[in-house]
Amino acid sequence: MSEIAEKVKQIIVDKLSVTEDQVQPEASFQQDLGADSLDQVELIMKLEEEFGFQIEDSESEKIVTVGDAIALIESKQQ
Amino acid sequence: MELKRVVVTGLGAITPVGNTLAQTWENLKRGHSGAAPITLFDASSFKSQFACEVKDFDPNALIDRKEARKMDRYAQFAMVAAQEAIADSRLDLDSVDKNRIGVVLGVGIGGIASLEEDISKYALTHEELGPRYSPFLIPKMIGDVAAGLISIKYGFHGPNYTTTSACASSTNAIADAFNLIRLGKASVMVTGGSEAAITATGVGGFCAMHALSTRNDDPATASRPFSASRDGFVIGEGSGILILEELEHALQRGARIYCEVAGAGMSADAHHITASHPEGLGAVLVMQEALRDAGLTPADIDYINVHGTSTPVGDISESKAIVQLFGEHAYKLNISSTKSMTGHLLGAAGAVECIACCKAVEEGVVPPTINHEEGDCDPQIDYNLNYTFNTAQQREIRAALSNTFGFGGHNACCIVKKFTP
Repeated sequence: MSEIAEKVKQIIVDKLSVTEDQVQPEASFQQDLGADSLDQVELIMKLEEEFGFQIEDSESEKIVTVGDAIALIESKQQ
Repeated sequence: MELKRVVVTGLGAITPVGNTLAQTWENLKRGHSGAAPITLFDASSFKSQFACEVKDFDPNALIDRKEARKMDRYAQFAMVAAQEAIADSRLDLDSVDKNRIGVVLGVGIGGIASLEEDISKYALTHEELGPRYSPFLIPKMIGDVAAGLISIKYGFHGPNYTTTSACASSTNAIADAFNLIRLGKASVMVTGGSEAAITATGVGGFCAMHALSTRNDDPATASRPFSASRDGFVIGEGSGILILEELEHALQRGARIYCEVAGAGMSADAHHITASHPEGLGAVLVMQEALRDAGLTPADIDYINVHGTSTPVGDISESKAIVQLFGEHAYKLNISSTKSMTGHLLGAAGAVECIACCKAVEEGVVPPTINHEEGDCDPQIDYNLNYTFNTAQQREIRAALSNTFGFGGHNACCIVKKFTP
């Protein structure tokens, strides 16, 4: 697992109180990890702080799964 | 329309003198102070550096961790006390009609710690990161959310809101819950109040008003209502929750009944935003109204749990009001300020003090007003009244009255009495 993916996973575990096993790339934040819309906003803010860039609303709206979040961050970091 | 009768069938408390109802009540009876140096923030530069904090509170042990994280401390207290009160009532949550159960809580200040945290973060980081507020700031901060959270957890669909009248808030909540059941609008009400304002902002704000005791060298004796050397109140935190139930509903399920809610009164001083009326005008009116509502006379009251915050002005006007309204009987009843032990729980004060009245009626014990020293007498206070100084007193208590007065000149009072079918 990439360093980015590992960091994202830890943030998700902390913010959503889920286990590491649950945080799979295909896991949906709302369907599988019990997040509501406010949880998701908080998570995006934490990712912005952690990785040091802004995630636009148009981008965050497209994040459904853990994999989506990791892919977005990886693309931004390049 | 005939009003329904209302009884108390469950109690829960998390206070500076105990994290459960039983522990709180035992410590009140034995005259234990909950005051100590502040641990919740660095208060070393404040004029008042101590408070009555809830001790050893671990929200994650009592509330789901993910949920607890989204709640301000005041809401966490309310959830914990509600859990105890509901369990204590032995309501069968699987069979009871939850559309007929409501929640009305009293909260004076609300999630001030959450607000303070986000404002501090903004001040430190906004130039670099822009405004970044938590999406949970508003739902953590607002004073009504604890009532909502309780309904969400238990699925109670009845009336749901919060009353705010500063230090009278939770007495107003109890009065509303009582009236809702009386009017047939609910069968069971979860009521009481919660507060958690021991933060730099909360303490700093009250310090600026010279409202808090500055007896930093001896916190445990600082709250000394009705003693000449009193120098302000001691800020407290916590929650008290009562389960009020329509009498027939309680009898049908064979509920244990602590006491009956007899009546409630409300009034305003219409005088000053923070100072009480010097002659206790609003206090007389509110006790008078509560007695009328209860269909009782002054001679029926055996115990008054006073507002008695240990401030120089308030204690004088309240004792004058008692003498004025109760006349000769004022000298036969017991008076005590449990704030001498719990400190002042602000919006939660009325709930915890009404609970003390319920237990006093049930057991026939008046909890004391602690920290009075021989001869420490204020010439403006009548010491022929029985303030139950320092030691609890056993006596039959047919009915007990709880007074609370809030900044803004709000007064609220409720009366509980022994239940007789």
